[in-house]
Amino acid sequence: MGNNKFMHYAFELAWILPSVAVPVAILVAITLTAFAVGIRVPDVAGRVDPKALSRTPPFDQPGVKELAPGRYEVAMIAQVFAFTPGEIRVKAGSEVTFEMTSRDVIHGVKISNSPVNVMVVPGQISRVTAKFDKPGEYLILCHEYCGSGHHVMAGRLIVE
Amino acid sequence: MATIAAGRYAREREESDVFLTENRITGANLIVAFVALAIGGLFGVFQALEYNQINLYTSIKPVLPGQYYQGLSLHGVLNVLVFTTYFIIGWLTFVGTRAFDRPLASRNLGWATFGVMTVGLVLAAIPLLMNNATVLFTFYPPMKADAIYYIGLTLVVVGSWLLEVNLVLTYRQWKAANPGARTPLPAFMALVTMTMWTLCTVGIAAEMLVLIIPWSLGLVGGTDPVLARTLFWFTGHPIVYFWLLPAYISWYTMVPRQGGGKLFSDPMARVSFILFLILSIPIGMHHQYTDPGVSQIWKLVHAVFTVGVFFPSLLTFFNVVASLENAGRARGGKGFLVWIFSLPWGNPAFATQVLAMILFAFGGAGGLINASYNLNLVVHNTSWISGHFHLTVGTAVTLSFMGITYWLVPLLAKRELFSRWMALAQAWTWFVGMAIFSHFMHYLGLLGMPRRTQIGAAPYLNAEWRMWLPFVAVGAVIMFVSAILYYANMVLTITAGKRMAEEPEVEWAQAVSGPNDGPAWLDRFTPWLVIAVVLIVINYAPTLVQLISTTTLNIPGVRSW
Repeated sequence: MGNNKFMHYAFELAWILPSVAVPVAILVAITLTAFAVGIRVPDVAGRVDPKALSRTPPFDQPGVKELAPGRYEVAMIAQVFAFTPGEIRVKAGSEVTFEMTSRDVIHGVKISNSPVNVMVVPGQISRVTAKFDKPGEYLILCHEYCGSGHHVMAGRLIVE
Repeated sequence: MATIAAGRYAREREESDVFLTENRITGANLIVAFVALAIGGLFGVFQALEYNQINLYTSIKPVLPGQYYQGLSLHGVLNVLVFTTYFIIGWLTFVGTRAFDRPLASRNLGWATFGVMTVGLVLAAIPLLMNNATVLFTFYPPMKADAIYYIGLTLVVVGSWLLEVNLVLTYRQWKAANPGARTPLPAFMALVTMTMWTLCTVGIAAEMLVLIIPWSLGLVGGTDPVLARTLFWFTGHPIVYFWLLPAYISWYTMVPRQGGGKLFSDPMARVSFILFLILSIPIGMHHQYTDPGVSQIWKLVHAVFTVGVFFPSLLTFFNVVASLENAGRARGGKGFLVWIFSLPWGNPAFATQVLAMILFAFGGAGGLINASYNLNLVVHNTSWISGHFHLTVGTAVTLSFMGITYWLVPLLAKRELFSRWMALAQAWTWFVGMAIFSHFMHYLGLLGMPRRTQIGAAPYLNAEWRMWLPFVAVGAVIMFVSAILYYANMVLTITAGKRMAEEPEVEWAQAVSGPNDGPAWLDRFTPWLVIAVVLIVINYAPTLVQLISTTTLNIPGVRSW
């Protein structure tokens, strides 16, 4: 019986050690990819009054701005059930920073085959940056339920 | 007073109906739970067919004016809010009183729990059914439903708190009568579950009472969506442990016995529940990784703690599987894994819950991916997430609850289960249907398909998604068959099952390593509660202070459906 008890502790230990090691390894991987490789999640980017968007840069002029060769800034407004601009054109290999907000309810933006995945909330600015290397058409879709026409809310990003 | 109570208690014991009232309370809660699951589940089948452009909504337009998204709201509210909460309140009333072997401290309070929740349910149902609350179960403002929707849901939560009060009072009475004894494991677990729930629902209560209800009544002009989301997910993640822990109670304290063996370790089970109490709440912001207005550093801290809560989940995995092995070997099973075949797979309550555990292992692994901070960018708000929680709440919880009813309903109704074969067929069809459904929902999520979206009508529905969507419908239809088997069996059990002369005993599992093998501090509540509160303050205060100090409360409500 005593031996049996020892075996129990041995089994418990053999399970507990990897149960600690696996989560620790995951956390190290997460932290490295976020802060060394730079795959970031959205951060605090400030508030904006949704009733004053027409007077608040950059949302007073939604659209694509080429800041420098290979660097773009996109000011985008989400509202039921469309994105403004609905079509974005950038050159292959560019780094694009999106500044987004919503005019009404909560929306979400997911751009296919890219790390862009962010909530777009009235009163808040969502800022994300991504690099688009491969030419082609990328689907921009609203991925948060925003009302009866949620499923038609989409746009496109064309990398030339 | 004491003698009158003792006298009544003794009289009831003579009638062998000591727990008559508790049984009725449990039964009433179970009936509401499973009626809700039937209606909510039906809309799940509608959704899977709609994905394949088979639109059944038009045929019920008069009763469902809000069509897909009203159905989706009903699916979410009825399944994950109503079904779960009612089942758990009924189940923990049963577990707590039976494990303490004494009635509820206050039976009136027991009925009041059910009463307050049901008034709330009726209030919330009115706008839901009238298409005036098509805001899904997450009700993110500034989408604005009728005020009575929010008031109703709040009352459901407030009602559930009354069970915590009742269980704590019952625990005190038990403790006075049993000085120095270790709290029975099932009762300890029921108390931890309800205490964690009461603590975590402070978030949703604040969201409702301070932000949403005054705003929906027109008393304040605007709201703050990110602050509301932060308070929502303060409750919204621990709520999954509120669903899971009651299933764990069965897995730990009953399934080993149903399998013919013993629980591997009682102290280890207590450790895991204490860790769930401490770690379930300060991790809610992992649902907000993609939110603006919340610092990426605090998101990372919540990621760390979320991965931390994986540890008690792994303890549970080990302890429960070791208990199953104990059962398999006790029944003559041999070999490294061959003992699995010696388990009583013909026992519906046992087989159903073990199948639920198997799919949960995949749900747990997927959950670790969702929790992984930037890796979550790949899957956030895609159908991967719906695939994930259909393995967790849709299977680990729901299928386990169904398995529990295979012995609990016969006990409450004093009638034998109508058909063992229907029950076994139900368990396997749910298992297979869900495995197919969930696998393809995960996969479609990786292909970029969004969740909570009327995919069949989406202009961007593409050929690649179309190729795999039929499997989603196949899985859902198999689960529909499973549900029909379940409900037919339950109705037949209650109405036509063979009558039992006496109420059967509740079969608690003995432990290989019992409660006295662990130190006394494992049987305490207050120190763990203090640690839980401290961690919550550390992990939430900076974000809440930042949001509240910068809020303008100026976002008006919108009805966009």
